[in-house]
Amino acid sequence: MADASYPDDLKYHPEHDWARIDGDSATFGITWYAQDALGEVVFFDPPAVGTEVSKDQPYTEVESVKAVSDVIAPLSGEVTAVNDGLGDKPETINEDPYGEGWLVKVKLSDPSEVESLMDATEYEATLE
Amino acid sequence: MSSTTELRRTPLYDRHAAAGAKLVPFAGWEMPVQYGGIREEHIAVRTRAGVFDVSHMGQVLTRGPQATAFLQRVLSNDVRRMPEGGAQYSVMCREDGGVLDDLFTYRLAECEYLTVTNASNHEKDLAWMQEHGREFDVDVLDRHADFAMLAVQGPSARALVQRLTEGSLPSRFHVCLRPVAGVPMLVCGTGYTGEDGVELLLDPEHAPSVWDAIVQAGASPAGLGARDTLRMEVCFHLYGNDLSEDRGPIEAGLGWCCREPTAFIGSEAVGRARGEGTAEKLVPFVVEGPGIARHGNPVIGGGEVTSGTLSPCLERGIGMAYVSTARAEPGTQIEIDVRGRVRPAKIEHKPLYKKGA
Repeated sequence: MADASYPDDLKYHPEHDWARIDGDSATFGITWYAQDALGEVVFFDPPAVGTEVSKDQPYTEVESVKAVSDVIAPLSGEVTAVNDGLGDKPETINEDPYGEGWLVKVKLSDPSEVESLMDATEYEATLE
Repeated sequence: MSSTTELRRTPLYDRHAAAGAKLVPFAGWEMPVQYGGIREEHIAVRTRAGVFDVSHMGQVLTRGPQATAFLQRVLSNDVRRMPEGGAQYSVMCREDGGVLDDLFTYRLAECEYLTVTNASNHEKDLAWMQEHGREFDVDVLDRHADFAMLAVQGPSARALVQRLTEGSLPSRFHVCLRPVAGVPMLVCGTGYTGEDGVELLLDPEHAPSVWDAIVQAGASPAGLGARDTLRMEVCFHLYGNDLSEDRGPIEAGLGWCCREPTAFIGSEAVGRARGEGTAEKLVPFVVEGPGIARHGNPVIGGGEVTSGTLSPCLERGIGMAYVSTARAEPGTQIEIDVRGRVRPAKIEHKPLYKKGA
């Protein structure tokens, strides 16, 4: 498992999700803190492409051996791609939460929502 | 998870914290759920040896001239068949057959027994036993604070503990007093993983040094997370999930440890259930395809999952569920509503994991 890190180029949601903004699209994932709290991820069942997601609402689940956790959408939009590679290797979410462990790509319905998210420094400050 | 009640800590708390364990509230105790990871701890126990701190579990000592007669009344099994130095599993029932707890009892001497309770039931069990003990010439004593409890489990667990002791270890379902790592303790040939091994009951003050010696000898620290996945693979019950006061031992598949002729409390109800059959039965299942059923997921058409996890050995969702007796046969297909998704599963024989399979 990688060491704790919170890259500067991402935006963060208080429910331990990150978004990598690219114009009016974004990639979502869960933070190092979230995967560490969850433990080894053993199952990820992605939402269908085309699913509408709403900021602050759960849009999918990740499961460890012990528990299932909702994943909260940091921003609103429509799912345009899902990380199919996680089906066989869900532990990638632990090993590379900001890279190969991304969950979905979303076309944003309201890019101005980005302003409500935290930067890395602000997010890290919420972790104690 | 927030609670105003202070969580209790075992004498090994500092060891767990130093080892980087994730500590979680469990039955009023702050317990290690995992160290490195549940899967690696699980595999360590299946292939080598793991050591668990289970000091949250309670102990009740029963002694006196009528100790055997008293336990025969409150425990479901035939206590007279337990020799001195023997161990026996049983349930404790209400009059209506509802299960108060499932417990191991060790016969330490002719008129002296030690019963191990589930942490969440300890106070209730103690009160129940003391209340019914009034009718007998016995003392029923709370010994929870007097014991730390370690479980050393796995194919190499016995050999590992043997290196730390002199004299032979007790065989399966037996108990004896032995020094381990220089500390006198009760060594019990029991466990909750489906692997060979021992459970150790000892003075809490010496628990840290004994823990260190066992880890030093090669056992991997394992948490309650692995304990749960290990017991599910071999279909051992967890009180609060698979057993409750609303369920009787017959429907739970525990008729084998109930001896109605002993006239234990609840024996009439248990005998009736055995004779007439029960509406539902607890069955093990394996999810076919992706998905992990969890405690509380409904079985479509009636029934409920009481325990569920991903099996590290089978790499499938597994668990146990109460289903109607009409479709409780192994091989029966069921469907489980896993948070809105229908997951097909198949009822299997116990245990789900078999050694060498």
